[in-house]
Amino acid sequence: MPTFVYMTRCDGCGHCVDICPSDIMHIDPTYRRAVNIEPNMCWECYSCVKACPQNAIDCRGYADFAPLGHSVRVRREEEKGTISWRIKFRDGREKNFVSPITTKPWGEAIPRLADLPVPDGNAMNSQLLCHEPDALNINTGLPVMAKNKFKQGVYY
Amino acid sequence: MAYKTVFEDCDILVVGGGMGGCGAAYEARYWGRDMKIVIAEKANIDRSGAVAQGLYAINCYMGMQWGENQPEDHVRYARNDLMGMVREDLAYDMARHVDSAVHKFEEWGLPIMRDPKTGHYQREGKWQIMIHGESYKPIVAEAARKSADKIDNRIMVTHLLRDENHPNRVGGAIGFNVRTGDLHVYKAKAVIVGAGGASHIFKPRSVGEGMGRTWYAPWSSASAYALPILLGAKMTQMENRIVLARFKDGYGPVGAYFLHLKTYTQNAYGDEYESKWYEHTKAMVGEYIDHHPTPTCLRNHAFLQEVAAGRGPIHMVTKEAFQDPHKETVGWENFLGMTISQAIVWASQDIDPKYVNPELTTSEPYVMGSHATCSGAWASGPEDLSPSEYYWGYNRMLTVEGLFGAGDALGGTAHAFSSGSFTEGRLAAKAAVKYIQDHAKDKVKVSDRQIEDLRKVIYKPMETYQIYRNEIVGGTVSPHYILPLHGLQRLEKIMDEYVGGIGVNYMTNEPLLKFGLEKLKILQEDLEHTGAEDLHQLQRAWELKHRVIASECVTQHTLFRKETRWPGYYYRGDHLKLDDENWHVLTLSRRDPESGQWEMEKAPVYHIVD
Repeated sequence: MPTFVYMTRCDGCGHCVDICPSDIMHIDPTYRRAVNIEPNMCWECYSCVKACPQNAIDCRGYADFAPLGHSVRVRREEEKGTISWRIKFRDGREKNFVSPITTKPWGEAIPRLADLPVPDGNAMNSQLLCHEPDALNINTGLPVMAKNKFKQGVYY
Repeated sequence: MAYKTVFEDCDILVVGGGMGGCGAAYEARYWGRDMKIVIAEKANIDRSGAVAQGLYAINCYMGMQWGENQPEDHVRYARNDLMGMVREDLAYDMARHVDSAVHKFEEWGLPIMRDPKTGHYQREGKWQIMIHGESYKPIVAEAARKSADKIDNRIMVTHLLRDENHPNRVGGAIGFNVRTGDLHVYKAKAVIVGAGGASHIFKPRSVGEGMGRTWYAPWSSASAYALPILLGAKMTQMENRIVLARFKDGYGPVGAYFLHLKTYTQNAYGDEYESKWYEHTKAMVGEYIDHHPTPTCLRNHAFLQEVAAGRGPIHMVTKEAFQDPHKETVGWENFLGMTISQAIVWASQDIDPKYVNPELTTSEPYVMGSHATCSGAWASGPEDLSPSEYYWGYNRMLTVEGLFGAGDALGGTAHAFSSGSFTEGRLAAKAAVKYIQDHAKDKVKVSDRQIEDLRKVIYKPMETYQIYRNEIVGGTVSPHYILPLHGLQRLEKIMDEYVGGIGVNYMTNEPLLKFGLEKLKILQEDLEHTGAEDLHQLQRAWELKHRVIASECVTQHTLFRKETRWPGYYYRGDHLKLDDENWHVLTLSRRDPESGQWEMEKAPVYHIVD
């Protein structure tokens, strides 16, 4: 398909429309349900599947090489900081995996740079970026190269 | 068309909110406290760009804190992999800063795996560290959201604007909102292009419904190249397309398999084959085959030769590694974190790599500047590292004043990947702030005339459709226009057959390339008659135009470099050998924005590292 929508579960909230990187999840104007309008430009990235609050979106592998009868389901839980996958093979075997998606509470770990002290005038003319050299975790400062080392031609 | 025009005046406009764009917005805020910083993004920055789906590894991390690698080592590695052809100043500069970006990612919550014995980040190979990166992009996007004054999602930027007060200076960008249809005009003192590279310029192996299953995201529509090219910026290394060896059909990554799980490949009969092609490859490329690690393209070359000799398919030997449950988990999670399709392919065909050695394949070619390849715009390097030919005042500024690049847009910086693209965005942003401060008195002028002319061009596909739609009934066949998908398929066919795609086993030559250019010219004439039924199709129409401009540039470069520099990525049948005497150089192009004529030149390769 590759992504498709279970019409009875979808309530037309539009989260998938908002997030799809390929702009292919749209709300059908007649049925007011989400629909993949361009399956051949779908990357199976699962962004819409993960975003759907109703678990109404799923993937069916590409018709040109993926036989029917499989499934790869996902549940992304921000509050728990995990993502869980269930892979069902065509013959019924299953594999389950859980991974962390973050180590910090959402929306709190990243500072607003505007609140940091203003860098002094010399910093603008140095080669250092913000948080450097501290964030490099080395004592020797930013690595530099001597300019006289330039060599043209084949190097070996 | 009765769409509104929305004006936005800003200091720094970031085009594209992928890893490069997010890095740019973040850094710009630190140095430009009072500046107005705006991101224009085609999708939604929470899940846009190549990292939308997630990543299971950060492929560029020095580990300077543990003495693992130094920036010089990165330069040697990238240079070796690209057979000598990188901008060493840019590569070194990115490498010396990249660790600070990765440390921030960890601080922001990105789960990075650690080696239980050493406490260091868990390495996949010498350069890659392993992460649980499903939410890598949302985490990085939050940093950009907290830094920018405004993020406009769903804006398809079609053109950069020209500053009419100054020749050869950027004045901003223009595009349309794919939801409302409104025209968005950004006047900016500096523009940082962090848009995507080019998937879908060559015919993909997947067909029909599956054509979206390309290795690189289908939304990477070559805007990184078309936007600067249309304004007259110089480009470099555009012939350096990349072909990936990946798991068949899903294009699942092989890096963790080779490097961490220690799997290896064999032909259909269970034989090791790479070493058999040693003499053959040596005859083409000389001593480059003896370098370690073997350049990626040369490993592809052996793969392609073995398959052509009738001993395919090539298999990845997973049965041994997957007996270890930890390795089995890593193998599957590697896909789930970044290429879910491969898990689907295996589930649907009952391929369990514990019991079956899965097939590999080589992909269609891609043009990009952030992965193991380095197509993109010709940019200034940093003051303290760059020779005079590579330095014109502001780090990462292109040959158009006030215009900067990051990620796929930047040429010459192979092996930057996600962390390197973010770092390049940071470098570009600091320089852009400095540029604006230095030119504080300059007024940027974008006339109504310029905007009005572009408005007509931008909406033309919708008007074409409106005029002619009644001449067809419920179908797609019109004598007056072609749809974006038609144009895309024609482009892919031209590039595949004439410029070295899968259909010709990556082979081309001068006559083929010249035919290709003629056909691309006619395609561009036909694109004046593209029909777009709605705003979504209008977006596709402009993505296609960007792809065609980039394709023309790729073809011009491939024609100019009379050499097979990277066997395994493409072959010039009329110049089958690597030719260091004449071609140990970087190739540069510029398209004249007025005439559409291309000028090609060579630029010296300077080695700053022994």
